Amino acid sequence: MSLFAYDFMQRALLGVLITGLAAPALGIYLVQRRMALIGDGIGHVALTGVGLGLLTSRSPVITAVVVSALGAVAVELIRERGKASGDIALALLFYGGISGGVFLVALAAGKTNANLMAYLFGSPLTTSREDLVVMAVLGGVVLAVTLLLRPWLFAICQDEEYARVAGLPVRALNLLLAVTTAVTVTVAMRAVGLLLVSAMMVVPVAAAQLVTRGFRATMHLAMVLGVAAAAVGIWIAAEYDTAPGATIVLVAIAAFSVLATGAAVWRTARRRAGAVGVDGEAEPPEVVLQP
Amino acid sequence: MSTVVELRDGVVAYGDRPVLRGVDLTVHAGEVVAILGANGSGKSTLIRAILGLVPLLAGTLSLFGVSRRGRELRGQWRRIGYVPQRLGAGSGVPATVAEVVSIGRLARRGLLRPAVAADRAAVATALASVGLADRATAPVGTLSGGQQQRTLIARALAAEPELLVLDEPTAGVDALSQSAFADALRAFVAGGGTVLLVAHELGLLQPLVTRAVVIHDGTIAHDGPVPAPAGHHADPHHDHVHPHAPHDPPGIWTGR
Repeated sequence: MSLFAYDFMQRALLGVLITGLAAPALGIYLVQRRMALIGDGIGHVALTGVGLGLLTSRSPVITAVVVSALGAVAVELIRERGKASGDIALALLFYGGISGGVFLVALAAGKTNANLMAYLFGSPLTTSREDLVVMAVLGGVVLAVTLLLRPWLFAICQDEEYARVAGLPVRALNLLLAVTTAVTVTVAMRAVGLLLVSAMMVVPVAAAQLVTRGFRATMHLAMVLGVAAAAVGIWIAAEYDTAPGATIVLVAIAAFSVLATGAAVWRTARRRAGAVGVDGEAEPPEVVLQP
Repeated sequence: MSTVVELRDGVVAYGDRPVLRGVDLTVHAGEVVAILGANGSGKSTLIRAILGLVPLLAGTLSLFGVSRRGRELRGQWRRIGYVPQRLGAGSGVPATVAEVVSIGRLARRGLLRPAVAADRAAVATALASVGLADRATAPVGTLSGGQQQRTLIARALAAEPELLVLDEPTAGVDALSQSAFADALRAFVAGGGTVLLVAHELGLLQPLVTRAVVIHDGTIAHDGPVPAPAGHHADPHHDHVHPHAPHDPPGIWTGR
């Protein structure tokens, strides 16, 4: 633990903790909509933003936020149309994003490919003080949106048509969710990298919902798991000199496996014990034909 | 008697295919109107047009006497409780019955306003009225089809609407849920509510219905008392089979 006495380790720890907290808070809405992989696509688009930033010597984080937000809004507009060709449009956007990023980073003379790797797979140990401030501010924005607007975002992700009939500002909320997804991607970029961003949005949620019954409980447990995976992962990475981003994600997946096994064992044990819980109640038949 | 819904010459088309061709429908306060018709007759499209979920190509629509299109009409939507056929697609994450029903309150709660005691009371009352008070903390995914349907009705009732719009509320619903549902609807009507429902068959709801509108091929074929079942449908023992709709569960016919 002595490593955490160093400034760079403290910044690394703070950075991944912010990511571990913010990514699942946003990811739960994507999972609810069954769009769990959208974060991955937005991550691809963000790489073009990184390339633009490196090429023009601006902060890659800021350009990544702008470009990925534009990409996220485009994704939302494609989703809203619900066209069959939407699948292809998303593929064009995502692969255009990642190849545009690689292309621009290569154009940025004097910058080595080490930079590209840092953005693709994360590099929390090189988090600067300025990086950390940007991450804290953006992470705060993500938490404010996802926690304060939870009932409304839950409503549009649960049943968009009902929300529309109820007069909720569905379109504005959808666009806000899209832009917040882009911001989350950028926050997580330093910690786990653009290729693993989606994992931190999805895996803690997938693990939490194995043992929860409600949406709010799932959200809170997913945030706890995200923070725990980030802390344990960065500690392992520091102790054993492993790749930090990948280690954090592997820890989250390990948590998922443990919970999945635990839940299965618990269910089997309950069945063996003959305990019939509320969920095990005999349900009335769906259809009764009356004589 | 005030007018709740007034549709004049409503025309709706999906692409080039006309679904509703010049439909007039007026619903007055306190009425329970059932829209009947075969699959594909346009009955669901009619209520979707009234709810603003599909655009009107021609014709005028007014809700609660407000006839302008756009934002002014949107203000009237919160006076409507909508009960869709089934739970939305957003079931990737577990949600409790109470959480889903609470969505109904959002129409009355301003954006970013915290839930107050009145919101929680309305949710509890709505759950009790459909007989699901003891299932409030159960995940909706574990409920039977009928209980999920009652959850959706409770969500609509939680908004304390003046008009309930229901899309096939009794399709594939068990008898226990049907009677709980009929009780909830009866209480809503007794409290001065208006109901517009689409149904394949009325079942236990039949005694509640004050007027039936039959849609055939995109036009209104009948508007008046509930028509008596004709032909083999009149036989209370008839086996209800829809060869054109293999996925439709058999309906319930109480033949009253």
